[in-house]
Amino acid sequence: MKEIVVLSGKGGTGKTSIVGSLAALAERKVLADCDVDAADLHLLLSPSVKEETEFWSGQVAYIDPDKCTECGLCQDLCRFDAIKDFRVDPVSCEGCCFCSHICPVEAITMKENLSGHWFISDTKYGPLLHARLGIAQENSGKLVAVVRQQARKVAEEQGFDCIISDGPPGIGCPVISSLSGASLALLVTEPTLSGMHDLDRVLGVCRHFSIPAMVCINKYDINEENSRQIESHCLSQGIEVVGRVPFDNVVTESIVKGIPVVEYSDGRVSHEIEKLWQNIAERLDRN
Amino acid sequence: MIISVASGKGGTGKTLVATSLALSLKDNHKVMLLDCDVEEPNAHVFLKPAITGSEAVHIPVPRVDEAKCTRCGKCAEICAYNAIAVIGEHVLTFSQLCHGCGACSYLCPEKAISEEPREMGLVEWGQADGLNFAHGKLTVGEAMAPPIIKQVKQKADNGGTVIIDIPPGTSCPVVEAVKGSDFCLLVTEPTPFGLNDLALAVETMRELNIPCGIVLNRAGVGDDKVEEYCRKENLPILLTIPLDTGIARLYSKGIPLVEGMPEWKDSFRELFNKIKGTSR
Repeated sequence: MKEIVVLSGKGGTGKTSIVGSLAALAERKVLADCDVDAADLHLLLSPSVKEETEFWSGQVAYIDPDKCTECGLCQDLCRFDAIKDFRVDPVSCEGCCFCSHICPVEAITMKENLSGHWFISDTKYGPLLHARLGIAQENSGKLVAVVRQQARKVAEEQGFDCIISDGPPGIGCPVISSLSGASLALLVTEPTLSGMHDLDRVLGVCRHFSIPAMVCINKYDINEENSRQIESHCLSQGIEVVGRVPFDNVVTESIVKGIPVVEYSDGRVSHEIEKLWQNIAERLDRN
Repeated sequence: MIISVASGKGGTGKTLVATSLALSLKDNHKVMLLDCDVEEPNAHVFLKPAITGSEAVHIPVPRVDEAKCTRCGKCAEICAYNAIAVIGEHVLTFSQLCHGCGACSYLCPEKAISEEPREMGLVEWGQADGLNFAHGKLTVGEAMAPPIIKQVKQKADNGGTVIIDIPPGTSCPVVEAVKGSDFCLLVTEPTPFGLNDLALAVETMRELNIPCGIVLNRAGVGDDKVEEYCRKENLPILLTIPLDTGIARLYSKGIPLVEGMPEWKDSFRELFNKIKGTSR
């Protein structure tokens, strides 16, 4: 199974627009939206949901006021400042269960937590695995792991050997969960100092987990000097730049229409994304 | 007063707004900027602060004294994160999974577990042209941002105005960064992606009981659904920034908007006055 995960470090560099277009270009694949915090891929792929499953994960402490003697031990020991005035703040509670073990009158129980939902959907481009993390919930990394595991299952069932995942921004827990064990990371960056700074950190994460990485410079013409710097920086580290996509309002127009840009326009942006996909496909064949 | 700048969707202009707001206020107010996007901190790219101090961020992880340990398995039984396991004659700890809750060391019947610090990032602070500044950096390869965010927030000045640059998303790092704020500015763009993620961010702020207002960035592209949503949800649009190649070029070079185009300072001061008028 080949699994490409699209990351960027910095948000808003164009991950989802690119993945939407790869969805239209690649054949025999399953799509996965691993940005479970703020999923957007469905807005380009118009999925019809076939299966919706609750995601129960982690626990939240509950103090029974009838049993509680207000001794204060739980408040003293909780390192997440989640207990105040003998009540649990569910947003701060990390579900460690420490309080439930030490309460001298057994007034604290742990309750299972519904942290989100995940979906198997059909799109005209193939199956889509996506999810919605509940508002202000933890465990986004675990939900990402479920989305990836289900994507693999669907791909195996359908006899497909490729998964394309839209990843979250950042370098923390959900990114690591999206990346670990993937065949290839496509890093979408933009030629801004912030984009370059963040690219470097996400490249570091790929190195840390030994995942081969390739770079696509999106909106490369908004600062061509910075784009050249990205190219030489990548060259010096042995990272291939496999795409150079120009800035064009046609991308925003296609998002408003809710269709991948390669299907909306046959201009330069679409041609460059087609070349990008050819480069990725060649690399996957080589591996 | 603590003002957070958040968005749901990444790349909508949080850092642009946070840095420009701080720089516009600093001449007449005591103001501090905290960059709590510890996975990808960028405010320093624009503010170029002189860093005057730094400290490592640690969480306490277990260390087992095998001489005292009886392999009773209590620690493995109570650990909610599977960060400690008894395998045959040995106790294994998986410190990357540990949240540092302290339950295992407290509950070990033999008192065989002590705690040792594990470094997961860094907090740095300093000054940028009269503006107090602090940010955090999660070490590459580490997963947990909240402990670093918590420590950045401890650097907040007492009194004055504190502006916090919040990470994207709606999950635990956002909650840790934004809680305790008096007001949250939500920066969005007029596209279906911007709207979808704005609605999630608004729900998050309502859950946390933090009043919010909207900054509409890159106005002029996309559609008018964000404005429609704001009217319907009774959310004030406090500032509109147009899609402008000049602004994008400044951003690409790491130049704060109000430095490259000082005429924007008045708009950000006005934004601050509107926030003071609408927050609790």
